[in-house]
Amino acid sequence: MITLDINNRQVNVDVPPDMPLLWALRDELGMTGTKFGCGLGLCGACTVHMGGEAVRSCVLPVSAAVGQRITTIEHLESDTLGAAVQAAWMAANVPQCGYCQGGQVMSAVALLKSKPKPTDSDIDEAMSGNICRCGTYTRIRTAIKQVSAQLGAKS
Amino acid sequence: MSKVLNLENTARRTWLKSMGAGGLILAVGSAGNVFAQTAAAAKEVKYGGDGMPGGLVDDPLVFVSIDAAGVVSVVCHRSEMGQGVRTSFTMVVADELEADLTRVKVVQALGDEARYGNQNTDGSRSLRHSMAPLRRVGAAARAMLETAAAARWKVPVGEVQARMHELVHLPSGRKLGFGEVALAAAALPVPAPASLKLKTPAQFRYIGKDNTPSIDGADIVRGRAVYGTDIRLDGMVYAVVARPPVLGGKLKRFDAAKALKVPGVLRVIELKSTPLPANHHPLGGVAVVAKNTWSAIKGREALELEWEDGAHASYDSVAYKTTLEAAARQPAKAVRNDGNATAALAKATRRVQAEYYLPHIAHATMEPPVATARIVDNRCEIWAPTQAPQGARDFVAKTIGFKPEQVTMNVTLLGGGFGRKSKFDFIAEAALVSQALGGTPVKLQWTREDDIHHDYFHTVAVEHMESALDAKGKPTAWLHRSAAPSISSTFALGSNTLQPFEMGMTAINVPFQIPNVRIETPVAEAHTRIGWFRSVYNIPHAFAVQSFVSELAAEAKRDPKDYLLELIGPARRIDPRTLSDQTNYGESPETYPIDTGRMARVVRLAAAGAKWGRKLPKGRGLGIAVAYSFMSYVATVIEVEVDTKGTLRIIAVDMAVDCGPQVNTERIRSQLEGAVIMGLGLTKHGEITFRDGRVVQSNFNDHAMLRHNEAPRDIRVHFAPADYSVAPGGVGEPGLPPVAPALCNAIFAATGKRIRRLPIGEQLTVA
Repeated sequence: MITLDINNRQVNVDVPPDMPLLWALRDELGMTGTKFGCGLGLCGACTVHMGGEAVRSCVLPVSAAVGQRITTIEHLESDTLGAAVQAAWMAANVPQCGYCQGGQVMSAVALLKSKPKPTDSDIDEAMSGNICRCGTYTRIRTAIKQVSAQLGAKS
Repeated sequence: MSKVLNLENTARRTWLKSMGAGGLILAVGSAGNVFAQTAAAAKEVKYGGDGMPGGLVDDPLVFVSIDAAGVVSVVCHRSEMGQGVRTSFTMVVADELEADLTRVKVVQALGDEARYGNQNTDGSRSLRHSMAPLRRVGAAARAMLETAAAARWKVPVGEVQARMHELVHLPSGRKLGFGEVALAAAALPVPAPASLKLKTPAQFRYIGKDNTPSIDGADIVRGRAVYGTDIRLDGMVYAVVARPPVLGGKLKRFDAAKALKVPGVLRVIELKSTPLPANHHPLGGVAVVAKNTWSAIKGREALELEWEDGAHASYDSVAYKTTLEAAARQPAKAVRNDGNATAALAKATRRVQAEYYLPHIAHATMEPPVATARIVDNRCEIWAPTQAPQGARDFVAKTIGFKPEQVTMNVTLLGGGFGRKSKFDFIAEAALVSQALGGTPVKLQWTREDDIHHDYFHTVAVEHMESALDAKGKPTAWLHRSAAPSISSTFALGSNTLQPFEMGMTAINVPFQIPNVRIETPVAEAHTRIGWFRSVYNIPHAFAVQSFVSELAAEAKRDPKDYLLELIGPARRIDPRTLSDQTNYGESPETYPIDTGRMARVVRLAAAGAKWGRKLPKGRGLGIAVAYSFMSYVATVIEVEVDTKGTLRIIAVDMAVDCGPQVNTERIRSQLEGAVIMGLGLTKHGEITFRDGRVVQSNFNDHAMLRHNEAPRDIRVHFAPADYSVAPGGVGEPGLPPVAPALCNAIFAATGKRIRRLPIGEQLTVA
């Protein structure tokens, strides 16, 4: 049995230690907001936060998540910045099919946490690991900048 | 001899008729229009939604329900894959119903065309076909509510008007909520369509209004939206399948001993392969069933497998390109022959010739194919991200030996579709595995590698173009040979030339003012499963046609935009049959002529948006292209910069669209933005190659998608004014065809280098 800290809850999973966190979340814990896209950390659909940083759960063995604070898209609303990013996503009508958007939002929140005023090249660097096949990139950039402007206005 | 194959199970359900030994005629939507010309038995020809299997249904009792609290539920019978259909359909019904959109929810229909009419979500047809019937649904429901309220008040119905979720007695100002009369209204007879009072466009509350939020947006950004891969059932197990790597291949032998020792693996099941044609059949192979997806994947890795490759084991992309080029350089069967292009070319003094190559492309939906199935008491229930739920239902039934009514097809959200999820192989696979497990619920997940190796690929194509220019630089002849395997090859062995519906996509129907036009279809054998990919044959055809126009302009030393407008010529409405196009996307040639005035207008709009003609710094260039597809007109201008090292940067994209009426303006814009990104991706990177019959690429490391850092910062969508007096055009696909030629034309303007082979890849950086 492996104990994980997910969304501020201690949960136990009975899985092999090399199982990627993605499958523990989805198949064992029923948390399906985190998506499978490639299995190799190439597309970002599976992005979660570990200690506040964006990580690809499809290549993160559960053993590496032990003792770490994991946050998934399902819990993001409880975070002020997370909720702001979600609201900006809706205001800009970002999602099309939406499958990648949980991962996009997780990457954007991690970016804005570390860099509240990201430049375009910061956005490129933080977001280029997240593929969107529907092509929502320009709207994502708009939404990130909108949240950044809000943060600036508040500080 | 003529044998009829009724391919009722193809997703873009079409009728394929084998006409003797010669050609095949494949008509989208309507068999009748193809044969109308020759068939003496002149039965009524049906077009559009009426010509689709299941037809159109406009019964409000099927699509609308209102509960006592007044909450309106609208049934969406098409599949949501990012095009916004759940929002747009709801907008249409709510508008005519005078409902408050914030009090309307959407209910996804099961696959049931007897009830809902055609449900295929493809061909950019959902609103094109359903806008009118859904308006009638809303208007009929409104009339029934008004009648019920009038009866309650005992006043003439003419004194009652539905207004924003309320029924108002105009003389007295009395009001009733929708919920208060819903039950009585539902018991009334449905008014005849001719009696319905539809709104005028000026009265629209939602249709054509900008910035309507997505009905699924909040669930999506919170991780609550349910896609095919998110289905969970009690007692569910998980499966992945090892499939034959070569089309037509099958299992020779396998050893599951090691796989069965992998922790979590429960069963290993052999799946039979089906002889070609591939159709929608699962490919066969070996399924590994486990307690979770990870164990199933690890179990599959531990299988020992030996395949028998079969007839397509030598398919090789490099060799095949040469084969297609050879075919494209020989005269072939003409499908359109106006004047005498051959003679005009032979005597011309200025001839221009070019060949364009497009490789196979993979759909690579972000959600790989997946389906969940269970069988209980001789009833099979499926949950699938499918673009064609009734077709999937029928095909699953046939595959497992059930009747369609024993199969329930639940439609989830689709994590992308693009045509891949119009195929049923992955759904039938899940049903077969559940059946082999005695009905146990099973989620059958494709990995990304499975998806890339076993797609129904977009065709590979060589487009051969020739033209002759007169002294003024105007074309006197136009020859286009389109050498590409046909989608029909997936459904009929021996089908080896492009079919009318494929040539009707920006090849046979070029509306240019050129006296001698010859369009030919050389032979091209398929060696993999060819499928529908967003905008289909418009991709290679528009790439060739619109690149070639730019090449002719360069030869004539003319501005490409002016030259394009001259070729389009004066505003006129062309009957596609006069261009030898008998298919017209299944639509009536009278309702949907090719309108060159609308085509020219989008060219001017896009050019104006991009400030065409402005002075650009060195290394920058503008390219333009236009395409008419799926009854809509889209022109695209792209600005690029290519530096001295050959690094390509896409500065901005301006698109202009005329789709006639506009329903969900915001979603039209986002669909076009998305088409730009997809088009730029396939132009820069998209390539699937084969070696020894096997797909070489396997994941996003060797099959690159366009990413954030490559995306243009500015994508501007310009609308021709909404016009509700013309029939609706499609939106999901028409944005894609002009992208590749606009980009390559821009690269030519910036560098003088002409890209004729896609993807661009390293062609700009390699000297």
